[in-house]
Amino acid sequence: MSSPEVRAAVGPSTKLARVGAILPIALLALAAAARPGIAAGDAAAGKMLYEAKCGGCHSVERNRIGPLHRGVVGRPVASVPGYSYSPALKRLGGSWTTARLDRWLSGTQKMAPGSKMYLEIDDPAQRRAIIAYLGSVSKPPPR
Amino acid sequence: MGVNQLLIDGGRRQFLARAGAASLGVGAAGLLGGGALAATAARSGDVGVIQTALALEHEGIAAYQIAGKSGLLSPATLKLALLFLGHHEAHRDSLAALVGKAGGKPVEPKTDAQYISGLDLGALKSEGDVVALATKLERGAASAYIGQITALKDPALARLFAQISADEAIHWTTLNNAAGTPIPASAYVFA
Repeated sequence: MSSPEVRAAVGPSTKLARVGAILPIALLALAAAARPGIAAGDAAAGKMLYEAKCGGCHSVERNRIGPLHRGVVGRPVASVPGYSYSPALKRLGGSWTTARLDRWLSGTQKMAPGSKMYLEIDDPAQRRAIIAYLGSVSKPPPR
Repeated sequence: MGVNQLLIDGGRRQFLARAGAASLGVGAAGLLGGGALAATAARSGDVGVIQTALALEHEGIAAYQIAGKSGLLSPATLKLALLFLGHHEAHRDSLAALVGKAGGKPVEPKTDAQYISGLDLGALKSEGDVVALATKLERGAASAYIGQITALKDPALARLFAQISADEAIHWTTLNNAAGTPIPASAYVFA
């Protein structure tokens, strides 16, 4: 019952409890089942999610509205040459680990207030899949 | 190719024949957007979100302008591209006005060379390539607007973002159909 679709349809969980009394449970189950399955660490699903959710501003190979993502897992924050980072992100420091990317995608402005990115991804499974995909494009290229 | 086949379909022939009326529709949409603007004095926390959206619109405008001049598009597709370009310009104007109203300086567009590099426009070799890229960008834009709505403090601005997202969704749907790609079976296409 925690899918974003269901949450979007019925609001926060407190409302869900009230609505649940009158809304057939089967309807909620149907909505949840309609969601494509996303396995944690599923880079293939992550690629589709990346293109749908991140592709408005980012690409793997090129700086656009956001910086390129090739090699993002493990690289220092705000380090892509040629991209104009916000002061907020420059101050963040450290490197992009998978745990840190998860924190970032769940609340960009909480992690770096004033950064340029506002899109957040509520669903942990979607975040994991996207990060798995980002990991897959962060491996060293084959020799 | 798919675009032409689709565009000469009866319904779409009518659609294109009404392009003039659709252009008038852009003006009407602008007026509606103006209504949202009138109700919105962008709150300081929202300016950053608007600036990011404005950057997105600049990129979309550049993509359609550069692709339009490429010589790759058939007249019918070019006409459609110009229609979508008009929508993006209206979005840009609304968003830039909001930033200005809040006392900010609207983010400027990058150079064409930067857009050509960022979007790899030099790799476009056919009308199909252009349509594929535009489809991808429009889908991303529709999702980006939806994904940023929860960051907004001002409900009137959230409404404007929803309006813009719906425009992007129309663009995506038209281009997606032109490419012959089925509409996804699952609901919440832009969730």
